[in-house]
Amino acid sequence: MGVNHQPTTVTMSFIEYGDTIKDGDTAIVFLGHESMFPVKVQHGTVTQTKYGVIRHSTDLIGKKYGSKVTCSKGGWVFILHPTPELWTMNLPHRTQILYSTDISIITMMLELKPGSIVCESGTGSGSLSHALIRTVAPTGHLYTVEFHQQRAEKAREEFREHGVDHLVTVTNQDVCKNGFGVSNIADAVFLDIPSPWEAIGHAKSALKTEGGRICSFSPCIEQVQRTCLAMEEYGFTEINTLEILLRVYNVRTISLQIPDLGKAAEDNSGTGFDSSNPSNQGSPGANLQQGTVQFKSGVPLREMVGHTGYLTFATKSLV
Amino acid sequence: MEASPGARIREGDCAVLKRGEVFKAVPVLRRRKIIFEKQWFYLDNAIGHIYGTTFEVTNGGNLQPKQDVEETTTETKEAGTDNRNIVDDGKSQKLTHDDIKALKDKGIKGQEIVQQLIENSTTFRDKTEFAQDKYIKKKKKKYEAVITIVKPSTRILSTMYYAREPGKINHLRYDTLAQMLTLGNIHAGNKMIVMETCAGLLLGAVMERMGGYGSIIQMYPGGGPVRAATSCFGFPKPYFDNLHEFPLSKVQSLLSGTFSTETLPSDPEDNALVEEESNGLTEEKQTSLQETEEEPTTEAPMEINQSEEQETMDINAEDVEFKENKEKENKENVREKQMKQWERRKKLTETAALLREKNADGLIVASKFHPTPLLLSLLEFVAPSRPFVVYCQYKEPLLECYTKLRERGGVINLKLSETWLRNYQVLPDRSHPKLTMSGGGGYLLSGITVVLDKGKSDSSSLEALKMEEPSPKRCKVQDLHC
Repeated sequence: MGVNHQPTTVTMSFIEYGDTIKDGDTAIVFLGHESMFPVKVQHGTVTQTKYGVIRHSTDLIGKKYGSKVTCSKGGWVFILHPTPELWTMNLPHRTQILYSTDISIITMMLELKPGSIVCESGTGSGSLSHALIRTVAPTGHLYTVEFHQQRAEKAREEFREHGVDHLVTVTNQDVCKNGFGVSNIADAVFLDIPSPWEAIGHAKSALKTEGGRICSFSPCIEQVQRTCLAMEEYGFTEINTLEILLRVYNVRTISLQIPDLGKAAEDNSGTGFDSSNPSNQGSPGANLQQGTVQFKSGVPLREMVGHTGYLTFATKSLV
Repeated sequence: MEASPGARIREGDCAVLKRGEVFKAVPVLRRRKIIFEKQWFYLDNAIGHIYGTTFEVTNGGNLQPKQDVEETTTETKEAGTDNRNIVDDGKSQKLTHDDIKALKDKGIKGQEIVQQLIENSTTFRDKTEFAQDKYIKKKKKKYEAVITIVKPSTRILSTMYYAREPGKINHLRYDTLAQMLTLGNIHAGNKMIVMETCAGLLLGAVMERMGGYGSIIQMYPGGGPVRAATSCFGFPKPYFDNLHEFPLSKVQSLLSGTFSTETLPSDPEDNALVEEESNGLTEEKQTSLQETEEEPTTEAPMEINQSEEQETMDINAEDVEFKENKEKENKENVREKQMKQWERRKKLTETAALLREKNADGLIVASKFHPTPLLLSLLEFVAPSRPFVVYCQYKEPLLECYTKLRERGGVINLKLSETWLRNYQVLPDRSHPKLTMSGGGGYLLSGITVVLDKGKSDSSSLEALKMEEPSPKRCKVQDLHC
């Protein structure tokens, strides 16, 4: 299929915006509402979509990000610049992942910014990792620990493909037994493991002497209880547990019927929508011919995510 | 650009005082009396200590680092099993207000006062262990006055503003702010357009996430941008080198190509102060957050000029050539003013040029204004395939904004959302959500720009249809993670 060619230099698109699609980029193909997938741009390759074929050499490379691309069957898609948020929605799952709602509050509560040094375990599918790398770039670093050998290797591979491997170190070990592999250098530590209380000591030693922030993510309250106790025992302060959920609204124009309440002996009464009143003629809502009232509404979804995990934050301080 | 490790409290810093869940931002100045949580003290002794240090307030109103005292271990004390026999008649505490005051005046430490209260409570030993715990915690909170001085950050300042002066930030709750920063992919190297009327808090948060890299163009209403909260962050000077500002009142002219610097917004000094006062909602009377609210950056040079003039006047007060010199001063003053105006015009032209490139990496909006006109105009300056996010305290304006954006085209992945936040008390056998929580933290509309297909009205309506969510049907759980 593809022409054999030299490995391409990877652009750092996940941490730096570019204008045009380049060979070696990871781009996001957007087909429509909540329908998208990532694609590795490569000379000579083709990608199948339900709208037809996309030829990388002619349709992608050199085009501006955000462009509309017409596929062979005539339908079209948009090609988007990758971001950690888009990656989170489209990455291949090797484990349950963290979504942007939790990632957002974690980033802010850990006070992460360019130059921050962060430790993370477990790496999992790399959803949070990509977001952390983006935030600490270009001068920070992520030390991420994963005890599953294949997942650790896959993560390394992905970071390399995405041009961010200079900002991250993946270590394959058990953080509860062997820690993060670094000491006294981290501004923040993040734990998403089954027994975080076993890693609190290691987290403390990974953090800078003068202090830092820690966060532990656990689905079960029992885990949270044990973790909070451990944090207290190790002298962490400002221990705080919270949860955050996302509520999405669909914007819809809704038409509600006006019930037929019949007529009184005299004219026009009781419906609340007085058609004889001239000031009502221009009213955007009433549509009395059809007996309906229209309005715009933000309608919640039928189902929403009710729980991801509890987030516990704390501070390590000198005094 | 990283903050020095173990940053120390320095004079001139903006520091945040913390006691429990209560925060207050104050300037670190010598011999400046601070009131915080019913206590009066000076910050002088705190200077030189590391941020994060906890202090006690001594009798003289000075700060003293808290000694790490060993907690008096509660040996298996006497405790009851339930409260069936405990009557709350308000008479169980034998110490009176005066007794306690006397103890305080004697300089007895908080810990000792709490001990006294326990010993003089007739019902203490009947309380359950949990109730005793709760009682001690409550008394400690009241009498053990410890204050921690923390370094400002988005986390600290957004929590503080939401608790103390939510009106100033349009009730933007800190988790909503966190969502904005991530949804907007705010990171080092961006060219961001920021429009906010949140006292400069959003601007500061964006600057923190950009770490001094990239550039920011702040759009402002009225005479000048308000950056009161921004100065709290304590960013190093280089961060401000690539911070630009542009008046909203010139946006239409810029978009239509008729922009000129001939008519500038009126004098920044007057307008900025007015802007600050009317920044919050009318329901709240703003109490000054800091002892000194900082005026916009364009103000500073003018201030120095006036004080210089003042000095010169004092020195020459008795001088025979006083009048001559004064005339010279006036001429110089006028020249200075002209220079400043010229500089402002020059900056404005430069910023206009930056906007005209129409290649911003993102747009982030949080203001008291209706979002629709802001979005429709400011999106013109954003490159394709870039995220934008707009906050509104209310949902309805965002419904309209969403509709107008669909009509305009050139945007995909539109999402209207809010976050639900709940804090927990976690204690052995006593874990539960906290008793109160925020009723609402505002709403967000986010999306991604794409190349705008102007001209073909058919394709844009087709596009809108394709981008529209499918009619409500059963959603799989996987699809719910938005």
